[in-house]
Amino acid sequence: MNQIDTRGLSCPQPVVLVLNEIRSGKSEFEVLLDSEASRENVKRLLNKNKLKFEVKENLDHTIYHVKR
Amino acid sequence: MKNFFSTKIGIILVGAVIGVVAIVLQKLGNPPNMGLCIACFERDIAGALGFHRAGVVQYIRPEITGILLGSFLISLFFKEFKPRSGSSSIIRFFLGFFAMIGALVFLGCPWRAFLRLAGGDLNALIGILGLILGIFIGTVFIRNGYNLGRSRPSQNKVAGWIMPVVMIALFLMLIFQFKPIIFSEKGPGAMYAPIFISLIAGLIIGGLAQRSRFCTMGSIRDIIIVKDFHLFSGVASFAISAFILNLIFGQFKAGFVSQSVAHDVHLWNFLGMVLSGLAFALAGGCPGRQLILSGEGDTDSVIFVFGMFTGAAFSHNFSMASSPKGIGTFGTYGTITGIIFCLIIGFTIIQKRKVRSLK
Repeated sequence: MNQIDTRGLSCPQPVVLVLNEIRSGKSEFEVLLDSEASRENVKRLLNKNKLKFEVKENLDHTIYHVKR
Repeated sequence: MKNFFSTKIGIILVGAVIGVVAIVLQKLGNPPNMGLCIACFERDIAGALGFHRAGVVQYIRPEITGILLGSFLISLFFKEFKPRSGSSSIIRFFLGFFAMIGALVFLGCPWRAFLRLAGGDLNALIGILGLILGIFIGTVFIRNGYNLGRSRPSQNKVAGWIMPVVMIALFLMLIFQFKPIIFSEKGPGAMYAPIFISLIAGLIIGGLAQRSRFCTMGSIRDIIIVKDFHLFSGVASFAISAFILNLIFGQFKAGFVSQSVAHDVHLWNFLGMVLSGLAFALAGGCPGRQLILSGEGDTDSVIFVFGMFTGAAFSHNFSMASSPKGIGTFGTYGTITGIIFCLIIGFTIIQKRKVRSLK
């Protein structure tokens, strides 16, 4: 399963990377996020694409596990 | 905890508040169609510190201190304050540098572009079209893998505290009228709202913009890249609320000629903002957003802001800045150089990515 590490990346990189992943049509992937703005932006993008995801909170980052 | 300001209603509300605050600041003394302008206000601060000697634009703007501290305090409170660094600092410095040169050819950052439009200055429309083209060019690079790289948490947390302290120092120099500071006696630099009102206005804007991620450049970029109108709804509400308040205060005057602190040299209004829009897109934020990120501890954004201060100084010292009389003698040189710089940065970075992906 692909893992997209957006930690330390600034706007709009996290969204662009996730967008590319969505377009590539993979059925399952994970996004690692470490900023609040990225969490909101990626969440908005996933919701817009009607993708369901589970949220896992780690010590210094969050993982969105996307499965379609 | 759910962040209300990151919702659609939240960002529309934030935009409206910023628009209202800007026009009220203008009513209370800030220059016409310049209730708020990050580029102009940073330029005024550069002048007050003597980095340039344009006598009409020298003042320590408390709004800048307020915006940065507002973001700093609220990000501390919500545990979003994270000192970080290491994402192409020197490139960001020069993006800030040239963004300022472009902004001073047009006479305003994107915030002011929308405020000018809300005041009826149709030259701003040409500037905004340039801004859109500049951002569009930036998105082409972004879609082709342009990326300034990751930042890392700062080894020394104190790094994130430097800018807030600098901002407090500036404010103290203002209220104690520190001798070496130069204050304009006439012109836009001599027009300002009461100090503490400006500071509080800045604090409110900084706090709200931090929570909502308000960004003028981002609003256009997101439409182009992901057809997301979220940020744009905030920027639209900002412009509309300013427009309505201008009508109420009788400050609306539509036209191209004799607009306040503006010129009607269309080509350079356009190209100045192409440069700014491209530089903001490559740096990931408009000047307002860069201040907000600086307050959150992003020291790469601090470097961008320092680039803007330096750009302002060069802009006036090298006669690149425009004035109501028209563009500066060397404004064209600065704009073209800046556009070439941004294109080279964009191309070299996407080239590097391509080479790497082939390996």
